[in-house]
Amino acid sequence: MDAAFLPGFELVIATALVDIDLALEVVSRVVDPEIPVLTIAELGILREVAVEEGQIVVTITPTYSGCPAMRQIEDDIRAHLIAAGFEQVVVKTTHTPAWTTDWIAPEAKSKLEAFGIAPPSAVIEVLCPQCHAPKPRLASRFGSTACKALMVCTGCGEPFDLFKEF
Amino acid sequence: MTKTQLSTPKSLEFTMLLGHADDNMVLAQRLGDWISRAPELEEDVALGNIALDHLGVARALYTLAGAVEGLGRDEDELAMFRSEREYLNLLLVEQPNGDFAHTMVRQLLFDCYQLHLWEHLSGSADLELAGIAGRALKEAGYHFRHSSGWVVRLGDGTEESSRRAQAAVDALWQFTDEMFQDDTAAFRLGWERAVMAVLAEGGLTVPADQYQRSGGRAGLHTEHLGFLLAEMQWMQRSYPGLSW
Repeated sequence: MDAAFLPGFELVIATALVDIDLALEVVSRVVDPEIPVLTIAELGILREVAVEEGQIVVTITPTYSGCPAMRQIEDDIRAHLIAAGFEQVVVKTTHTPAWTTDWIAPEAKSKLEAFGIAPPSAVIEVLCPQCHAPKPRLASRFGSTACKALMVCTGCGEPFDLFKEF
Repeated sequence: MTKTQLSTPKSLEFTMLLGHADDNMVLAQRLGDWISRAPELEEDVALGNIALDHLGVARALYTLAGAVEGLGRDEDELAMFRSEREYLNLLLVEQPNGDFAHTMVRQLLFDCYQLHLWEHLSGSADLELAGIAGRALKEAGYHFRHSSGWVVRLGDGTEESSRRAQAAVDALWQFTDEMFQDDTAAFRLGWERAVMAVLAEGGLTVPADQYQRSGGRAGLHTEHLGFLLAEMQWMQRSYPGLSW
């Protein structure tokens, strides 16, 4: 019996026939279609990879209730696993527990910033991802996707996305 | 539609889930109408995003309701193949968009209701429902900040914006009583306090005429819902099973 861990997630138990470690590795490499610098694992969307009756069962949680990327993510997970040789793949969606920005990995936050999106933060102040000036102005609470707000830097004047703290 | 027996707790849960799902579905459809027509680009994006949140909640609740019902109906079937009489949404959400003030006041009244609703349901024994509610609660808080900000700005803005915001409160107040029935009756005090505070800040008042309408939760709707459903459902009804 094999076991693989995703940090902070449930223990995943494999049967002898399916290589769960490989499946986990493959699924962990799937990127978010709207923020392609981050994987679904880094974003906290990926909750579990398990084996049930010879099938790979992947469980994901939507970030926002209406996140339109969920269907694409499901398709991408399936395509990656099938390309890696897994035949029986099931992708499940769970709403429990509800996703939170706390699940975004710390290293992912610096990748977000490098990509031009200010990472979510309740404690650290929001800085412009371009020039790092403080005190941006909120242009719109609602941005290019459900998870982002639109800010304008008061230093360089550039608009930028802020990943909303939820 | 297969008639469910209303005496069992299971069918009560199904009806409850359907009512909340319908609220979000109908409001998402209404808000979607604003896309490309909002007063400014940011508002276009905002209303589209809010509509998407409501649509996502509706989809999750329909899926859950279908599972509770146990007859194999999925989200599409519940959304697209029930008639006006079978929709159980509140009358408030089906009211036409009117002008921007009208939409924002409708949103304020509903956001504040949903804040209480999701907080209550996030403690549900059904963990899937608790999860959906937990997520929706954060979104409702965000929607409330948006709608309350606008209602204050419009109410306390120009003579024209104030007149329009007051007209919206006067027109929509009659649909507020309906939100507080049975399980949701306990929300009324907290809701009133929050709504009154926003209205007061915008210099707006509640109409003296306390006439109230209800019936949405029993499938008795205003004349507006049928038109909305006809537009929303016609494609699935013309080409059943059609997908993108």
